[in-house]
Amino acid sequence: MKLHYLVGIALPLVIFSSTAFGQDVLPDSMKQRVVACIGCHGNEGRAASDGFYPRIAGKPAGYLLNQLINFREGRRSFPAMTYMTELQSEAFLKEIADYFAAQHPPYPAPQSARVTPAILERGHVLVMSGDQSGKVPACIACHGQALTGLEPAIPGLLGLPQDYLNAQLGAWKSGARHAAAPDCMAQIAERLSAADISATVAWLAAQPAPPNPAAALSTTARLPMACGSMLQSGSDR
Amino acid sequence: MKRPLRIVFLCATVILLLIAVVLARQYLDESGSNEVATAVTDPVAQRARGSYLATAGDCMACHTKRGGAAYAGGRAIPTPFGTLYTPNITPDITTGIGTWTATDFWRAMHNGKSKDGHLLYPAFPYPNYTKVTRTDSDALYTYLKALPAEQQRNHEHALNFPYNLRILLTVWRALYFRPGTYRADTSRTVAWNRGAYLVQGLGHCAACHTNRNALGAPEQSADLAGGLIPLQGWYAPSLTSDTEAGLGSWDRQHIVALLGTGISPRATVFGPMAVVVGNSLQHLNEGDVGAMATYLQSLPQTISPYVDSAFAVEQGDVTATLQLGTKLYGDQCASCHRADGRGMPPAYPPLAGNRALTMASPVNPIRMILNGGFPPGTHGNPRPYGMPPFGPLLSDAEVAAVTSYIRQSWGNKASLVAPTTVSRYRSIPLE
Repeated sequence: MKLHYLVGIALPLVIFSSTAFGQDVLPDSMKQRVVACIGCHGNEGRAASDGFYPRIAGKPAGYLLNQLINFREGRRSFPAMTYMTELQSEAFLKEIADYFAAQHPPYPAPQSARVTPAILERGHVLVMSGDQSGKVPACIACHGQALTGLEPAIPGLLGLPQDYLNAQLGAWKSGARHAAAPDCMAQIAERLSAADISATVAWLAAQPAPPNPAAALSTTARLPMACGSMLQSGSDR
Repeated sequence: MKRPLRIVFLCATVILLLIAVVLARQYLDESGSNEVATAVTDPVAQRARGSYLATAGDCMACHTKRGGAAYAGGRAIPTPFGTLYTPNITPDITTGIGTWTATDFWRAMHNGKSKDGHLLYPAFPYPNYTKVTRTDSDALYTYLKALPAEQQRNHEHALNFPYNLRILLTVWRALYFRPGTYRADTSRTVAWNRGAYLVQGLGHCAACHTNRNALGAPEQSADLAGGLIPLQGWYAPSLTSDTEAGLGSWDRQHIVALLGTGISPRATVFGPMAVVVGNSLQHLNEGDVGAMATYLQSLPQTISPYVDSAFAVEQGDVTATLQLGTKLYGDQCASCHRADGRGMPPAYPPLAGNRALTMASPVNPIRMILNGGFPPGTHGNPRPYGMPPFGPLLSDAEVAAVTSYIRQSWGNKASLVAPTTVSRYRSIPLE
């Protein structure tokens, strides 16, 4: 419940600072418009590492926009997020995505791993090299060598709560989370055992903040799998 | 035959005859079938008209699944009687309405019957749509027939016994449904009549704003007098009471702004009404929105039937509750809604004098505080200001305290709210 206290302190401070302490002047800014988001995702989208809500600050704008649209269209299932997005235009959702992509608040301290060293090592191997059978690519093959993501639409994997990472991989495996086809992450999650998901998540959640949190620029290097979200349509449906 | 036996026999015969009459009447009644379609001179204009009318009726809201093909149905409609699944109304021959004629479509709209004659469940608001003219029905039909055909098989309804027995709709219809026509009131203006036609017909405002009885029928005696929307956990306020959302005292321009953009100097739409504005009303022309405002302003005043005695808190808790509410309001709410409750409209609505907060039922403010949200993105307000969900942050007692505080401050006068009430609404899913 630490997150609640954190947000409880941060929220009024942020709103107050942006309304210039009692003046009846409303800032015509995205920062003021997305006050609705920071209630859960923290000031500037920083979140915390020990709650459930993910850090959204600094994630590639294309990734964030894809997720907002996926919530709006029901490809991701989290009623509070669908409620926030269902009546908004793609243009406005893009502004929200761009705003959080441009924020770079400090990372929270990582969680300490609560698994055995052997499991942690298994997670490390999966992240860096993938599964030996070759069916599961390494996380770094798409999410960047430093795991800070790849422009324009692949998210960084550091600074995220363990519960959130577990929930996402679980949701992909169970079919509750979707991305635009071909849904590469659904295919990967399907091939991962529950134990391998736990190991991967445990290792990721225990990593410190990257020295340079910027997402890697998109390269011409070929990704190991075809991913529909890299090309997700930009048109309003 | 002995006499008592004869009486029993006679009674049984009479009852069976009555049932047969009710059944036959409902199945054979084809009122409206003699309505003649108006000749169409401009099919393109007719189709455009149909598109506009489909928006006015918000057909998509029910006939499209989230993320699904437009008008291909499949959306679950939860009701107290079980779950209904909306049908595919694209022109697909096998799974949609590709084989329907304009007359078949008119019969569904006007008389609540499907092409093959089976009776439709009134979750399809034909008690309202019955007032739609044949000309408008034909325009809607033409529009739907021109949509891309989507092959998507209809999902079986999952209604509880005995509501799954369609034949019982004969009784429901005998009690609550008469095919009708909108009859213009010649003592009123053209705009008033246009507003009345839209509100009573395609707009189907009464589907939410009128309380439903135990059989799910809108209470005709309390038309538009407010009702809890079954299972959704939102209260659709009375449009005929000045203590709720009655519009008699409103500036007409503010009503037009609220319905057309979702925001106004006095209030902001939220919950199911945000969906109505976002998907439907914002796309109507100003003349039609204005006509609806004119009609709604003219509705006679009634007293809201909704009584809130169940929501009072114990007397001893009052001081402590309001103290906690005062503190929470200052910490969490005042930066946007201001210490004096004036808000910063239209971005942040005023809470002082805002009737959405002070209605007998506190469900709407409670859920707004729990869920937060954005007003709908509209042409007039494309970049709305949002409110955080406080559900993850505040306990039931805290939400109850701050709701109580805003219901009793700045001249607002409404009952306090108990934590158990908050708890009840916290668990209602958002969709």
